[in-house]
Amino acid sequence: MAIRAEHEIHRRRLSRNVGVGLMLFSFILVVFGLTVVKVKQLGAIQAFDHVARPELVPPVDKN
Amino acid sequence: MSDVMAAEHEYEAQFGDYFALLKPRVMTLVVFTAFVGLVVAPVQVHPMIGFCAILFIAVGAGASGALNMWWDADIDAVMKRTARRPIPAGKVTGQEALGIGLALSGFSVVMLGLAANLASAALLAFTIFFYAVIYSMWLKRATPQNIVIGGAAGAFPPMIGWVAATGSVSLEAVLMFGLIFMWTPPHFWALALFLKKDYDTAGVPMLTVTHGRRVTRAHIMAYTALLAPMAIWLGFTQIGGPVYLTVAVLANAWFVAGACRIWRRDEAAAEADGYRSEKAFFQFSLLYLFLHFLALLGDAGLRASGVM
Repeated sequence: MAIRAEHEIHRRRLSRNVGVGLMLFSFILVVFGLTVVKVKQLGAIQAFDHVARPELVPPVDKN
Repeated sequence: MSDVMAAEHEYEAQFGDYFALLKPRVMTLVVFTAFVGLVVAPVQVHPMIGFCAILFIAVGAGASGALNMWWDADIDAVMKRTARRPIPAGKVTGQEALGIGLALSGFSVVMLGLAANLASAALLAFTIFFYAVIYSMWLKRATPQNIVIGGAAGAFPPMIGWVAATGSVSLEAVLMFGLIFMWTPPHFWALALFLKKDYDTAGVPMLTVTHGRRVTRAHIMAYTALLAPMAIWLGFTQIGGPVYLTVAVLANAWFVAGACRIWRRDEAAAEADGYRSEKAFFQFSLLYLFLHFLALLGDAGLRASGVM
């Protein structure tokens, strides 16, 4: 059920609350964008994931 | 409930009041110089990482501004120039400013470390400590050289930007630091010459008050004379170029000539024309710094486009 009680303080603090909300939301966007860039810079990432992946095994020098 | 009742008649701090604690006007200068430091560095930085680095440098600068306002609220209240800041104006309490300053300091340093590298984060932490503790708390009220020390804090951003890109300090970063560092004293002392009353009433030992206006004029001349060769030297490093050198030679010629005029005048002459030379010098000093960093960007643009 939505909170319906209105208090005058809701109006007084509107700019603060909206401001903090926007800041937090933009911080999420920044961290997300940063993460995408940082992970992409690592190049292709693979690991053994329950299944053997032959391409991950370092080539053996036969000589 | 009683808290809410009690708070009803008080002023409610708006978001903008908290934002004003971060000294937005100083922040624009920090953003600009840090941006130039990062862009002219010889290492390519991904735009998103560059954006984040500058954002967190700016937040760190803002945090140190909030700490400064918390500490200096008593003198801000008696100076006309600063009396409308959020704490002396009664909009935000000192404790809130302290909390915001400390929280944002830690936040910005950690985030810069994650976004760029640890060296730049350490430098940002040192800058905040330098401005809030060494400058605001220890030296601002203790020595008439306070402007020189405060200038060092303002000179760090391009160096942090450079280190965020390259991971280490080099000659170019030091010279960009030196450019702002040597520029700050003449800039502020020119202001102090024509804004006489403020610092007197606050009891901050400005050079104009402690050693007189004659000595201040000589100091403006001395710092400007040291600034000019440093500014031109930067033009001969790998980040300099024809655009920067042209701007540096012209702007420094004007600046040295302006400092000379200030040095030669006495108070009677300055009073007679309403401090025209001092005001002109101060106004040009703002343009001076902007032009130098803009010229560095110009040369970086020429190099990027393959002209040089």
